[in-house]
Amino acid sequence: MTERSTKHATFTIERSFAAAPSRVFAAYADVKSKARWFGGPEGWGKSNLKLDFKVGGRESESGGPPGGPVHYYNAIYQDIVPDERIVLTYEMHLDKTRISVSLGTTEFKPAGAGTRLVYTEQAVFLDGHDDAGGREQGFGGLFDQLARFLEMQ
Amino acid sequence: MLNYQAPLDLAFQALADPTRRIMVERLSRGPASVSELARPLDMTLSAVVQHLAVLEASGLVRSQKVGRVRTCRIEPTALHSAERWISERRASWERRLDRLGAFLVETDPTAKPPRRKK
Amino acid sequence: MTVRNTRHATFTIERVYPATPARVFAAWSNKEAKTAWAYCHPEWPVSEHVFEFREGGREHLVTGPAGGTRHVFDAVFHDIVADQRIVFAYDMHLDERRISVSLTTIEFFAVAGGTRLVFTEQGVFLDGYDDIAGREEGTRIGLDNLDRQLRQQRAA
Repeated sequence: MTERSTKHATFTIERSFAAAPSRVFAAYADVKSKARWFGGPEGWGKSNLKLDFKVGGRESESGGPPGGPVHYYNAIYQDIVPDERIVLTYEMHLDKTRISVSLGTTEFKPAGAGTRLVYTEQAVFLDGHDDAGGREQGFGGLFDQLARFLEMQ
Repeated sequence: MLNYQAPLDLAFQALADPTRRIMVERLSRGPASVSELARPLDMTLSAVVQHLAVLEASGLVRSQKVGRVRTCRIEPTALHSAERWISERRASWERRLDRLGAFLVETDPTAKPPRRKK
Repeated sequence: MTVRNTRHATFTIERVYPATPARVFAAWSNKEAKTAWAYCHPEWPVSEHVFEFREGGREHLVTGPAGGTRHVFDAVFHDIVADQRIVFAYDMHLDERRISVSLTTIEFFAVAGGTRLVFTEQGVFLDGYDDIAGREEGTRIGLDNLDRQLRQQRAA
């Protein structure tokens, strides 16, 4: 029988981008743009991101290292304020096992001509699957990919 | 057009900045001069003064200049009201969990009915 | 113009109940049982209550003082482990305004004498909640004070 436990965690990441809030927000709102930066590292395969960007809309993606477990991301949009804020909840599965449920808040704050992005995640890790900061590191990598995407536009 | 911002909105905006949160934490331990507040912060004095202006405009902090020294102190009621609505949410769940307790006692299938005296 | 704010908070509440985890869990999973204790304000009429207790199911509850603000609770159940755990996300609206989104974890632990329930809420509180709720709370406090004053006068 599975040993049941939970671990609750909150972290905040802030990043500055030279692009204006409306451009950074657009990188989140449009599926073609988002697929270019939101996803696993190279080697995890082509993006299969699905995105219905509206309150109540869903987002999903899956992938993983070849021969390894598949990571499934499934999100529901809770609150959207154009060019300012996105709040969503999401689940992560490893193969068939649910490993976490999270509440994620992304704020796009004007900073001069650019944007200060503030991402806050409040998560519950299930049944021993907490990852000692791995999730936070993963987001750091995603924001690096977002920065590269915005520079290339 | 109304240019009024509800007091809680101003307080939240003030607290949204990490530097200002550090300043408010310091002041919650006791009053301080502007230079004392500035000492641990890695920025110019004028940047500190700007942050202080936002905190005073929000009602969280007030300051008074005596001679050459400006002393800042926290306004306890303002900070309290910024936390109040979260504690209201918590209180509402506490009440419900109390009612759950009463419900479980009332519906206990193993409870013996009270004995009636003949 | 709405001033945009977010405030994140986490709180935990614990209770020990003299009932088995199965009974306590049933009070959450069964609609009839839940309505006996779960309303924030039991004196308010309930105009809508949808309850689908399964992973991916939702709960939708509309209440409020008659003729007053509509309080709308919308939840999605994410993780359910029978007699052990429920994880759901919910948002609250006051009339048209979303005031918060929260992730809630409820755990049921068997202990001597019954069940320890651990309730954890991780929430983001949005945009000037005080406007409506603050007025209601302010009115309630005002009435409480008036009531206390009247009692003091009568006792004198």
